[in-house]
Amino acid sequence: MLDNLPPVQRSPAIIHFNMKSKVLFFLAAASLLMLFVFPMWRITLIAPQYPKGVTMFIWINKITGSESGTLQNINILNHYVGMKFIEPDAIPEFKYFPSIVIVMSLLGMALAWTGKKKLWLAWLVAGILLCSAGMYDFYLWEYDYGHNLNPTAPIKIPGMAYQPPLIGNKLLLNFLAKSWPYIGGWFVGLTFVLGGLAVWLHKEKDKKDEKYKPRTNDISVAAN
Amino acid sequence: MKNLPNRFYLIAAAGLAVAFLTLSGCGKNNQQTGGALGGDAASQVYVAPGQYDEFYAFLSGGFSGQISVYGLPSGRMLKVIPVFSVDAEKGYGFNEETKPLLMTSHGYIPWDDAHHPNLSQTNGETDGRWIFINGNNTPRVARIDLTTFETVETLEIPNSGGNHSSPYLTQNTEYLMAGTRFSVPIPQKDVAISSYAENFKGALSFIKVDKETGHMNVEFQVLMPGLDFDLASCGKNQSHGWSFFSSYNSEGKNSLLEVNASQNDKDFVAAINWKKAEEYLKAGKGKDFPANYMHNVYDDATHSATSTPMKTVKVLIPSECPGLVYLLPTPKSPHGVDVDPTGEFIVCSGKLSADITVHSFPKMLKAIDEKAFDGEVGGVPVLKFESVMGGTVKEPGLGPLHTEFDAKGNAYTSFFISSEIVKWKLGTWEVLDRVPTYYSIGHLMVPGGNSAKPEGKYVVALNKITKDRYLPTGPEVTQSAQLYRIDGDKMQLLLDFPTIGEPHYAQGISADRIVPKSKQFFKLGENKHPYFTPSEKDTRVVREGNNVHVYMTTIRSHFAPDNIEGFKVGDKVYFHVTNLEQDFDVPHGFAVMGATNG
Repeated sequence: MLDNLPPVQRSPAIIHFNMKSKVLFFLAAASLLMLFVFPMWRITLIAPQYPKGVTMFIWINKITGSESGTLQNINILNHYVGMKFIEPDAIPEFKYFPSIVIVMSLLGMALAWTGKKKLWLAWLVAGILLCSAGMYDFYLWEYDYGHNLNPTAPIKIPGMAYQPPLIGNKLLLNFLAKSWPYIGGWFVGLTFVLGGLAVWLHKEKDKKDEKYKPRTNDISVAAN
Repeated sequence: MKNLPNRFYLIAAAGLAVAFLTLSGCGKNNQQTGGALGGDAASQVYVAPGQYDEFYAFLSGGFSGQISVYGLPSGRMLKVIPVFSVDAEKGYGFNEETKPLLMTSHGYIPWDDAHHPNLSQTNGETDGRWIFINGNNTPRVARIDLTTFETVETLEIPNSGGNHSSPYLTQNTEYLMAGTRFSVPIPQKDVAISSYAENFKGALSFIKVDKETGHMNVEFQVLMPGLDFDLASCGKNQSHGWSFFSSYNSEGKNSLLEVNASQNDKDFVAAINWKKAEEYLKAGKGKDFPANYMHNVYDDATHSATSTPMKTVKVLIPSECPGLVYLLPTPKSPHGVDVDPTGEFIVCSGKLSADITVHSFPKMLKAIDEKAFDGEVGGVPVLKFESVMGGTVKEPGLGPLHTEFDAKGNAYTSFFISSEIVKWKLGTWEVLDRVPTYYSIGHLMVPGGNSAKPEGKYVVALNKITKDRYLPTGPEVTQSAQLYRIDGDKMQLLLDFPTIGEPHYAQGISADRIVPKSKQFFKLGENKHPYFTPSEKDTRVVREGNNVHVYMTTIRSHFAPDNIEGFKVGDKVYFHVTNLEQDFDVPHGFAVMGATNG
């Protein structure tokens, strides 16, 4: 009588699907590590005297420029309006941000194999919170650089602040400041896209398998 | 953005633009119009604001001692490169670091008469690495680096009585020529001038150029009989390995040269087989002559020049080195001697001749083989005129001086007396076209026009006088150049533009052979100056007895330290100023009241 039931196809499909989502989640966690390969943010200053622009790259652990002297040149320009020197060594975030990223990434990779949707979601939410905190921190630094001006600056314009935009374009005196995510930042975006996709595709087989009582022919299928 | 603040920003921007002391260097190659607008001279020389010229032109500054750099076709001056004369604008010869470049065996000579710029070549083509120029008065040759457009080396020429036929170079920049204008007793000794023919010799120097560093060295001199050498040119392609010098005063006279040196129907072009010379040197035929000359080299790493006195020179005596030199009889005081791009023809412009004589290199080789000699001068065989003559351009004009070439087998000769450029065809010797110049053209220049690969789009006339061509400026008026388009059948005058000094020869090159290599600034990390100060933190004042050294830095918009205390009356104070800028086009200067340097 049991022999009349059709053979069950669902189970291997779920396994297959879950394998895919696990890989996706693993890749999501791994793509965070791209922050060590590419800068996450790019700020370009454009003015007539700088036809190619002056470009600053913000990494998870450092600031670089399009040329070796870029940071110095930005500091020289900034000093005219009394902005503080940008000294990457004096920014503590560059010391502990990398550890957070590594821990998050490793944790995510480990969680990928658990296949536990709740843990995945928790990890993604934690990631979003950390990113938001990072962006807020970035904003605070920008605010500080833009507003905390030396009262003895050679050029003082009442009411003028030089805070670059968090994201977007803004005209600061003769400079057009463009602030946009860069390759490393795109990978962070990819983390959430892949992570979200993994959660969405993932079928938690234990719950469904509990409702689904295995039948003898399942065992025979498995045995086959 | 609201309108009002925008306007406000713009006004502030203009102010900042001045404060930053920076300029934009934007633009792209300007493609010439031509074609439909071919008849409109103005549009052909118009290079829109912010756009680049198609060619660089390097014009000799003559008695200014410098090289001026222009863009073509616009005729806009881009830079004066100081070479043999001081230049306050660049601090050249005023700062301690560049002073050694102006040292000679006669001491510090901050002036010369600069005549013949020559661009370095590879495989007969201008390569945009260096440009060389001669100092005619105190015999010297200089090398300018075209990544920095700065003079980086000067070499004095020993045993020379005026370095005029110089620094014409071989097709891979193996050697620069440096022939003496006047023969002198070598080594120097007291002799009666009436013994000229016997005691005076003409040294033709071959300056070897290092392939990598560009460093120059007087490799050897050929001690010629007492002729006056005028100009030179090197063989190319089939004639590579040979050099040609024009000469006059085959009469061996020492007074009233204008009359006495022009009596013979024929003077000589000296053909020197420098590959043979290398063999003779290897065989130990070179004699070490005592000499006294200065070699000065500037180093981009130390930002300083050093002078080295040189004490000997290798000399080859033609009578001891058969096959090294031959003399080619050439009518009436030949001036320009110019080898065509194929290397077959040697165009000799007899200043006082009615015709242009063209020698044939293959015929010369054949004549040497067949020993078609017509006597000898001071141990140097003279070849038969008929056996080497390749052709004659009949009555093209008056006072032919110099010839340049295009890539289509045409030659362009300048005529000083009839004040014109004449275009003629190599091989058929027919005159094709002529245009007047304003006035009294000396040299002329086609970009690459003396190389194996001319870029024959323009010819530039380098004129001796301008008279009424420009707004008058008192008794002394400007010198000038004129630009002609030559890629059509007819030459077309496009533009006059003023020049510095009296321009002699010039060189032109496609901008794209230089632009990508042009340096923007020197990296601080590579600075090896002995008094280098790497950062503001390292600025200091060091006292050594009565000598006080101030290690100073400069960066927009201050010096550091800005207050220096502790000097005492009687101290000797040295300021060592490092420019910390790491950006394009941000030079700074430093000078002290009452000081002669800076």
